[in-house]
Amino acid sequence: MAWFRRKTAGIHTKISQQINVPEGHWVKCPGCSTTINQREIGKNLKVCPNCSHHFKLSSNEYFELLFDNGQFQVYDDTLISVDPLKFVDKKSYSSRLETSREKTQLSDAARTAMGMIGGHRISVASMDFSFIGGSMGSVVGEVVTRAIRRACSEKTALLVIAQSGGARMMEGALSLMQMAKTSANLGKLEELGLPFMVLLTNPTTGGVTASFAMLGDIHFAEPGALIGFAGPRIIRETMGQDLPDGFQRSEFLLERGFVDRIVDRRELRQELVQYLDLILEDDPDTRK
Amino acid sequence: MATANTTHLLEFEKPLHDLETKLEEMRKLGSEDPAPELEASISELEERVKSLRSSIYENLTRWQRVLIARHPQRPYTLDHIEALTDGFVEMHGDRLFGDDPAIVAGFATFLGERYGYRDRSVLILGHQKGRDTKSRKYRRFGMPNPEGYRKALRLMKLAAKYNKPIITLLDTPGAYPGIEAEERGQAQAIATNLFEMARLPVPIVVVIIGEGASGGALGIGVGDRILMLENAWYSVISPESCSSILWRSWDFKEEAARALKLTAPDLMEVGIIDEIIPEPTGGAHNNPEAMYEGLGKVIARHLKSLEKMTSKKLLKTRLEKFDAMGAFAEE
Ligand SMILES: [Zn+2]
Repeated sequence: MAWFRRKTAGIHTKISQQINVPEGHWVKCPGCSTTINQREIGKNLKVCPNCSHHFKLSSNEYFELLFDNGQFQVYDDTLISVDPLKFVDKKSYSSRLETSREKTQLSDAARTAMGMIGGHRISVASMDFSFIGGSMGSVVGEVVTRAIRRACSEKTALLVIAQSGGARMMEGALSLMQMAKTSANLGKLEELGLPFMVLLTNPTTGGVTASFAMLGDIHFAEPGALIGFAGPRIIRETMGQDLPDGFQRSEFLLERGFVDRIVDRRELRQELVQYLDLILEDDPDTRK
Repeated sequence: MATANTTHLLEFEKPLHDLETKLEEMRKLGSEDPAPELEASISELEERVKSLRSSIYENLTRWQRVLIARHPQRPYTLDHIEALTDGFVEMHGDRLFGDDPAIVAGFATFLGERYGYRDRSVLILGHQKGRDTKSRKYRRFGMPNPEGYRKALRLMKLAAKYNKPIITLLDTPGAYPGIEAEERGQAQAIATNLFEMARLPVPIVVVIIGEGASGGALGIGVGDRILMLENAWYSVISPESCSSILWRSWDFKEEAARALKLTAPDLMEVGIIDEIIPEPTGGAHNNPEAMYEGLGKVIARHLKSLEKMTSKKLLKTRLEKFDAMGAFAEE
């Protein structure tokens, strides 16, 4: 079928100190309102050189940024959403899926890869906001679950990069159950004593936050990311009052004790390596 | 003027109610002045009532079931606990911040003997709604704060310590979307429950008794058996919120209810629930006693079958159960 571009699940090799963006695109930074050439932002890992606003990255960009020498192997790229409820609102879910696949060239809102980070073999799952708002349906649940299982069977660490508007409404209760499925599978990782790191990016809300994204051993967050359960609009309507400045942002979560470290993207790889080095040290006293 | 015994009528029940009222009047008339023509009209009307009743209740739309699930006279968690158990010791607080009246929990004797099982101690807990303005506000309409989920988890861990089975009753329009709830980690509280409930080495029977909205319901909804009352609903979002997000208007709640496929038969079809517990005609509120009886019987049967499993088998089967939930294709 034409709408689905099958990707080669081979080894990707690319050393990326920068993210390639076509020339001639200008963008207004939501952080400081400066108009910047996208190429400039790309050179800076999509962080505004002026105010450090973090623009969104795709799963592929995270993989290339974080894995040693930008080398990694992608798995589960062949899982696609079906439309189990034959869901129709203003559009049908099937047509939404079709449009999203065409537009993003992704099969769904999460991908997994394995490779090395700082010489440590690791299983990574990353979400893609560009695919129906990074929403979690059956495929995302299964992809994250497989990343967990792969970490367990290969006895490696796990990193999940969360970026999601929440559960995918168009799969009804099936999408809700993905919260239980992913969370339940993390128990195996726990039993095996394998490290689980979460990176919370803008935005991480709803069912993703209320499941695997809040279950890490260590929670990293990109600066200024919106992280919460209920959306700000719903809370504002319920409370009938304006929300405090910085409410549900990374810095707020750090202060309230739900995030360990806020990390600038330009230091992210180094931070992950440092943590992995500490936890996975080769010490004769580390008993298994 | 309404009397204390007046049943709260749902919009779609009104034609039936009108016909029943008319029948009552004719019967009254007939007893005062018996006449063959009247007798005939009465029996004709009786037929019409009967057929209207079945045409309404056997063809409930998804939205009508949502209305029944929200019926203000529907049995709530504490009503079920009162009917199904003895000696309920309600316990309070999460030992961290406070107590949340939107979730009630405690140990009690489940009265299983009358269903061919046995009377035994269980942990029973659930979302609790209020009946009047004051208690509704006190119970936060059954919408928990993080403390509710943490209290539930504290007690479920106690149940594991004592080796007691757990019964959870789901009935919530969602976790409370408040500023303080976010400050105290609503998402983290729910996530932790999902993780921990998958690992508790005692049987867990989950029953959706009314509304099962989103993570707020699932936060006490991971278990070995997922049962659902016939007119309860369970989904990722309420029809109203779904309408407001996807249709950008509050007016498409009926369409949203239809699209979400949120009823017990729908969920049975996609493999999320294990069993539908039939309700008395018109809904649980029409005959609460019959409802308790029907629910108690089913819970007893499941507790009986679960107690034969070792903890290891229980946990393995529980994980496989949730692993199997989802629909996707692999190219
Ligand atoms: Zn900027």
